[in-house]
Parts: sequence; structure tokens; C-alpha cells
Amino acid sequence: MDRRKFSEKLFTLVASLTLIGKFYNKAKAQTPASDYDPSKHYYGMGIQIDKCIGCGRCVEACKDENSVPKEPFFFRTWVERYVIKKDGDVIVQNIDPRINDASVGVNEKDMLRSFFVPKLCNQCDHPPCVQVCPVGATFKTVDGVILVDDKRCIGCRYCIQACPYGARYLHPETETADKCTFCYHRITKGLLPACVEVCPTQARIFGDVKATASPLSRFKRMNKLHVLKPSLNTEPKVMYSNLDGEVR
Amino acid sequence: MSPLTEKMFELLKQVQGYIYPNEIEVHWSILVVVYPYLTGLVAGAFILASLVKVFNVKELQPVYRLALLTALAFLIIAPLPLLLHLGHPERSYEIFLNPNFTSAMAMFGFVYAWYLMIVLLLEIWFTYRRDIILWAAQEKFPMRFIHRVLSLFSNDTSEEGLAFDKKVVKGITIIGIPSAFLLHGYVGFIFGSIKANPWWSSVLMPIVFLFSAIVSGIALVILLYMIITPFRGGKIEMKCLDRMASFLFYAVIVDFSLELLDFIHRLYESEESIKILSELVMNKLFISLGIIQVLLGMLFPLGMMIAIKLFRLEDELRKLFYFVSVILIQLGIFATRWNVVIGGQMFSKSFRGLTTFKMEITGIEGLLMTLLLLILPLVILSVLIKILPPWEKSPNIVLGEE
Repeated sequence: MDRRKFSEKLFTLVASLTLIGKFYNKAKAQTPASDYDPSKHYYGMGIQIDKCIGCGRCVEACKDENSVPKEPFFFRTWVERYVIKKDGDVIVQNIDPRINDASVGVNEKDMLRSFFVPKLCNQCDHPPCVQVCPVGATFKTVDGVILVDDKRCIGCRYCIQACPYGARYLHPETETADKCTFCYHRITKGLLPACVEVCPTQARIFGDVKATASPLSRFKRMNKLHVLKPSLNTEPKVMYSNLDGEVR
Repeated sequence: MSPLTEKMFELLKQVQGYIYPNEIEVHWSILVVVYPYLTGLVAGAFILASLVKVFNVKELQPVYRLALLTALAFLIIAPLPLLLHLGHPERSYEIFLNPNFTSAMAMFGFVYAWYLMIVLLLEIWFTYRRDIILWAAQEKFPMRFIHRVLSLFSNDTSEEGLAFDKKVVKGITIIGIPSAFLLHGYVGFIFGSIKANPWWSSVLMPIVFLFSAIVSGIALVILLYMIITPFRGGKIEMKCLDRMASFLFYAVIVDFSLELLDFIHRLYESEESIKILSELVMNKLFISLGIIQVLLGMLFPLGMMIAIKLFRLEDELRKLFYFVSVILIQLGIFATRWNVVIGGQMFSKSFRGLTTFKMEITGIEGLLMTLLLLILPLVILSVLIKILPPWEKSPNIVLGEE
């Protein structure tokens, strides 16, 4: 074998090995790193209205965890304050300190009742957003979470129009639809969503809706439950205990 | 602070009551108003043209080809506002390649392609085929070349060929009418099927869209006919004009009745949303709905057309009345689209508050772009008229033949 032939063969060998290595790495990257099996889960959340103190830590944790823009016009989760006055008037505010200060301007004597309501994507079992997405960029996972593929979303905003809960927004940087994912990157590793993790009063309870022994199943057993806008038949998987009739 | 955020803080001051925090941005802006307006004109103009072929309304023959070209010119531009509105227009092809079949919007590609390729282009080609061949025979480069290409190098000018063309055109028109209904009914369905939004969610929406489309399309063809004819030194045929106006009159009556029915139905049912919707109408849409859409866009033109029918006015006065009516109707139908699209986003889905829409002047979603999108179809139409003159008779064809 002369030198020329040798170097040709060497080049072919190196090139082939590089290619094989590349494919091997790619194949390896596609196999799940953990032994997480989505078919074994179906997630939901319980919210105990009476426990929410309106501290807003869930909102901040969510914004930090999920790179939600800090401006008070983009929320994956937010907290509403309801003040129902004796004369029947209802005052609702987003408690975000960037928009509203702590006062509602109502004399305490005029108040009938007041409470906080944390809001987020309801991860509907019949999600209208998934139904209307023209390209299937919004989809329901096997474990029951509604996600947005920001590489496929064309930014038509039809899903934002179709969501009855105002839970979606157009991310100003990616120009794609964005919403709560139950912190999918965390829950598939066995962690809790950021909002649940930081809640000081455990107003939010996360878990498997079908599990028989879990904080969520206990919550479902011990409380009268309600969901938002049940008449729309979206079948939310976010359930509220002691939800007031004024909440929409 | 980014300009978007700055704008939102400004808007926040004008919010009345409570809205969900993500609702401050009006997501479907003026461009989404333009889209149903344009497709409506397409469907309406096409239906007017079909009256000639399917229902044999002879008086409308002078505007048959004009109506077809108008439909084509507006259809070519119709998807543009949607495309410009997308956050990622470069991914728009996904709608064709990966459509989600449960999405009304995903059907856009198919409905549009069907209408453009199967209905409009074919009908126009078969209508013009023989004329194009004859024109090409008498012309010099470059028109000769353009016409040869447009005729797809067909050479058949025989009577049998012409008879075949006519048969095909009739067949296409028969498919075309339901297609035109589909095109615009489907646009109405995009809005009417959104249960989250009580202003949109109505089974009548596709039908209301359809009839307002017919109204706007006929009105546009009347307007174009009245403007173009004197310019090319022709005479407006009053028979044709009266007949078009008569169809317009009935279409406006049906459209008005449907919208009135929708309105009464909502009031009578008085659902959870009625309070906020009343506030929306009285507060935010009073001028665009009460004054422009209903009073100027419907009642005024209806009054004028009734006056024409009752008092047998003379030609010149009739023309003036028609002219004013069709302009007002265009304005009214544009306001209709505005009230549906923008109106539907100015109240919160919490039913507790109203927001505001501030239109930009410049920028992609601005007023100037809107005007451009409304003028572009007319530019295309003028080119189409140059290439395919809708009134010029081909040399070998006996008058009265089409």
C-alpha cells in the first residue's frame, strides 16, 4: 500500500467513524434520560381558596422559573382579589404590585366578604385551545398537560381567543403562544410546579388526579369542589374548594 | 421599557372594570378586520356573477366578467393580511403541510386553494379562452405572448369549442355558488365557533357573514361599474344597474333581518354575558355599530333604495342615489367586520370589564398598511382589466354572444 492509498483509506475511516458517532449521539439524545413514564400519570391541581393569603409568591416564582416577562401583562399564573360589598358591588383586582397597591379603596364597614383566587391554565380535558390550533402546535400530553411547541407555533393567536380563562398570552420575545405547563420540566423529574413549591400556606395542591392516596386525592375527598365556567364543558383539571359564585 | 409594554401601560389606564391580566392586548387587530372584509367581497362578487350563468339574469351580462375579475383580484390579496398578522409568517406553510383537522382555521388553505384554483381561475379561463386566442392573433409582442401563454396555447376557436366552454362555465358556476358560500361561511365559522366569546359564539354567524358578503360584493361591483364605465367612455346601462341594485336591496334586507334576529335573540335570552355586551355596545361600539353599521350602512341606503322604487326617480338622480348607497354600504360592511373582530375583544371574558383598542398609524398592523391592503386589490384589478378586458368584444364574435 503506497502512501497516497493509505491516507485515502485513513480519511474514509475517520469520516465514517465521525458520522457513525454523530448518529449514535443523536439517537442517544432522543432516548429519555430518566425512567419517567407519562402513561402512568394524569395531572391536576387543587386550590384551596380559604388558604390563599394573596402574597403573590406563586406569581413571582412562576415568572422566574419559566422566563415569563416581568411586565404585568404576561402571566402564566396570577392572583385575583375579590371584594364583595354589602350593596352587592363586586370589586376584582389583579394583586400584582406592579399594577395595584394593597388597598382596594373600600371602607371595611362596607365589605361583606373578601378573598383571593389564584388563577392559571385549567389544563382542560376538553381544551378549546388544542381544538382550534391550526397546526397542532398546542397539544395535550399523555399525562394530561396542555403544552405549546414554540418551534411550530405560527403565532396566529387563535388559541388565545379560544381560551375562556384568559390563561394564554403571546410571548413578546418568541412571538408564540405561551401558558402554564404545570412546570412540565419539573414534574417529569418528580418535582412540584414552582408555584406549588413556594406557596407558604399550601393553598395549591398538585398531583395525580387518579391517585388514590395523595394530598390531591385527600383534597378531593375532604372538600366540595368546583371548576371555573363549567357550562363551557371544558372539563378543567384545576379544581377549587369553596369557590365563590362571583368568580369567573 | 419596550414600546409594546409602554403601550400596554397606557392602555391599562383606560381599562374599565376588571379584565384578566393577559387580555390587555387586543390580539386580532385591524388586519384581521381586513381579511373577512376582503373575502366577503370575493364571495359577493362571485355570487353576483353566478346570477348571470346559473339563473340566466340577462340584464347583468355587462358586469359578468367585471365581477369575476373583481373576485379574483380581491382573492389574491385576501390571505395577505393574515400572513402579515402572524407572529411567524415564515412558518405559515405548516397550515398546508401539518393541518390540525379539528381547527376551523386549518381548513383555510384548502378552502382558499379550492376556490382559487378550481372555481375562479377555471371559470375565468373558460370564459375568456376563445377571446384570448382571437386577441393574440391580432396583437404584437408582448401582449401577444401574454395572451398566448394565458390561453395555455390553445388554438381551438371552433363553435363546438365555444359550446363546450359554455357548458363547463355553467358547471363550474354551479359548484362555485356553494364554494362561495363555503368560503365566507367558513370565515364566519372561525368566529362563530368560539364558545369562550359570547359576542362571537352564535350559530347565525356564518349566515350573517355570508349575507353581508353578498351585500358588500354586489355593492362593490356596482361601484366599480359606475366609476369605470364613464372613464372608458361607455354608457352605464340603467337596466343592468337597476337589476344589480334590486338584488342588493333584497340582500341588505335579508342581512339586516338576520342581524336584527341575532340582536333580539341575545336580548331575549339575556344570558350571563348580556350585561357586559350591552355595555360594550353602548360604550365602545356606539359609533361603529349604532351610527356607521346600522344607520349609515343599512338604514340610509335602504331608505334611498326604497325611495327609488317608490317614486320612479329619473336616471341621473337614481344613479346618484345608487352611488351614495353603495359607498355607504361599503363603509357599513367594513364597520360590521370591525364590530365583530375588534368588538369581540374589547370586553373581558371575566364579563367584568372593557378594554380599549388603539390603532397604530404606521407599522405592520397600522392604518397605512390597512389602506395599502385595501388599495392593492384595485391595482391588481386594473392590471387584470388591461390583460383581460371585460367589455371588449372579440372580432369574430357576433354581438350578444358571450
